[in-house]
Amino acid sequence: MASNTLEQAEGHFEMFQVMNEEGEIVNEDAFPDLSDEDLQELMRRMVYTRIWDQRAVSLNRQGRLGFYAPVAGQEASMLGSQYALEQDDWIVPGYRDVPQIVWHGFPLYQAFLFSRGHYHGGQIPEELNVLSPQIIIGAQIVQTAGVALGLKKKEKNSVAITYTGDGGASQGDFYEGMNFAGSFKAPAIFVVQNNQFAISVPADAQTSAKTIAQKSVAAGIPGRQVDGMDVLAVYAATKDARERGLAGDGPSLLETLCYRYGPHTMAGDDPTRYRTSDMDDEWEKRDPLVRLRKYLENKDLWSEERENEVVETAKEEIKAAIKKADDTPKQSVSDLIENMNEVLPPNLKDQLEEYREKESK
Amino acid sequence: MAQMTMIQAITDAMRTELKNDENVLVFGEDVGQYGGVFRATEGLQSEFGEDRVFDTPLAESGISGLSIGLSLTGFRPVMEIQFFGFVFETMDGISGQMSRLRYRSGGHYNAPVTVRSPFGGGVKTPELHADSLEGLMAQSPGLRVVIPSSPYDAKGLLISSIRDNDPVVFLEHMKLYRSFREEVPEEEYTVDLDKAAVKREGKDVTIVTYGAMVHTSLKAAEQLAEEGIEAEIVDLRTISPIDVDTVLESVKKTNRVIVVQEAQKQAGIANRVVAEINEHAILHLEAPVLRVTAPDTVFPFAAAEDIWLPDYTNVVEKAKTVVNF
Repeated sequence: MASNTLEQAEGHFEMFQVMNEEGEIVNEDAFPDLSDEDLQELMRRMVYTRIWDQRAVSLNRQGRLGFYAPVAGQEASMLGSQYALEQDDWIVPGYRDVPQIVWHGFPLYQAFLFSRGHYHGGQIPEELNVLSPQIIIGAQIVQTAGVALGLKKKEKNSVAITYTGDGGASQGDFYEGMNFAGSFKAPAIFVVQNNQFAISVPADAQTSAKTIAQKSVAAGIPGRQVDGMDVLAVYAATKDARERGLAGDGPSLLETLCYRYGPHTMAGDDPTRYRTSDMDDEWEKRDPLVRLRKYLENKDLWSEERENEVVETAKEEIKAAIKKADDTPKQSVSDLIENMNEVLPPNLKDQLEEYREKESK
Repeated sequence: MAQMTMIQAITDAMRTELKNDENVLVFGEDVGQYGGVFRATEGLQSEFGEDRVFDTPLAESGISGLSIGLSLTGFRPVMEIQFFGFVFETMDGISGQMSRLRYRSGGHYNAPVTVRSPFGGGVKTPELHADSLEGLMAQSPGLRVVIPSSPYDAKGLLISSIRDNDPVVFLEHMKLYRSFREEVPEEEYTVDLDKAAVKREGKDVTIVTYGAMVHTSLKAAEQLAEEGIEAEIVDLRTISPIDVDTVLESVKKTNRVIVVQEAQKQAGIANRVVAEINEHAILHLEAPVLRVTAPDTVFPFAAAEDIWLPDYTNVVEKAKTVVNF
């Protein structure tokens, strides 16, 4: 009896898809309210982000970037969900979720400074509602419940979205965040980008649950599994979740099925130790850029020239951003001390003097 | 002026700030209608409404996360951890997250959170309720840690903590909640953070301490006085950062010091005090600085509690050792 109940419940979490691997619309009813220009803009952003990822990986190998977590394969999941937001919405990212905050308005050169661990990489511009990427897996999820509750209490017409991965869904904070937001009916969107591996541990070793989406049931909130390589499905599902939040119906969980083509981070991970090239090939067939490109080309909305233009612009802008990051004054220990507290405690006052003197030499 | 217990003074401080600032929110487990397990929030929900004083689900990490998110949207959270032993469930939320928000964002964001929590031995709790874990907090840059020893200080320090734009861990010794009353102004006032207080003046030996041990030390001072030894008692009040100047001033006057803490000997605030004296005043000392502490075991929930906790006789004995050195 009990196992029947589980099977029945799991049956409700079928993957939501709008556009298949061939760029064909398989779910007309769910086609989102996006103009041709919107679709071209989504394509532009995905191409741009793929180039940026390649440049970041290469800069990292040259020792010019610092911490970097590759994003190729996750562009639809990242950018489709961000595109469904309004400018006042809050993004509370995990460590890989840099593209979302950049497309929300965070300057690229500051994203590079974040990679380098420079404090200016965390100085969010005024009026931009994003946080720096969170390093601790899951910490951002409980904070998102708080941001969403704050938005509700201040009667803002906006939501808070957060991202984690399949590994993050095993953290206690994942449940606590969903459960808190559910209990307060706070307008939060919890996105689990299930890219199949938490560093090396496969998603099916994280949990006996068939889907991560079904974990929403325990918190009493809706959950949905989405084709995370289908930018239209991700956009549509996020938009629904957003509207639900604004209507006062509380938070939602989205599980986006995707794949990270690269390593976990550029700090020595070797994916050949835990996955096969067959698996890589299988997932690359579902590539988010390929399928939107096919769809747009069929409609004469995209061309090689257009794509090349995006690539060239991206390369130039990335180069300029790196230059700007390079030109930013180096961080000193004095900068660090000055940013610790509003009112410096006496011990730090003494240490500030000490370091200012050292650093002036 | 009213006579208040420490718990009443704490409630009064929260009431004052709920009135003063509409962005102040008070929340935690059982703090709503129930008024908290110690009644620290008694009556606050009825007075200020469920929107501002409310229960949360039972999860400490969730409560810290909520505080950070609420800070980002313009609120000034006063969160309660029901007993400070439960802080292990949210070490990341406090030491890994709210303490670093300002630095991480280069000063763009801040977390004006007050983490209130009862702790301290002598009230026969089960395990992980009474432990003195302030040393863990004191090792987190970006956090202030405040421990009042009296109703007057509790109200003034809690108001200052709530108004501070950085996170403050405000630890309330359970033994002091209702052990005595003193005059506490009904109007608002503040007591400065980061400032120690000289609770008793004396010329022969300095006792540096905080929390419930202030009272243990005061009792010891009476005994010492009968034996002709005048002890000066410095109550740190804020234990991170510590007010080194006040400590040194007293050391330079008495030339003999003991440090008394309820926490275990192996780490904690007493060691910091000894180190500061060593660095800044060693030539003023006539004797080594000695410590009165609990032994290096876990807190003995209930059975051996009374023997485990330092008592005034331990303080008297140690003070005499440095005086007669």
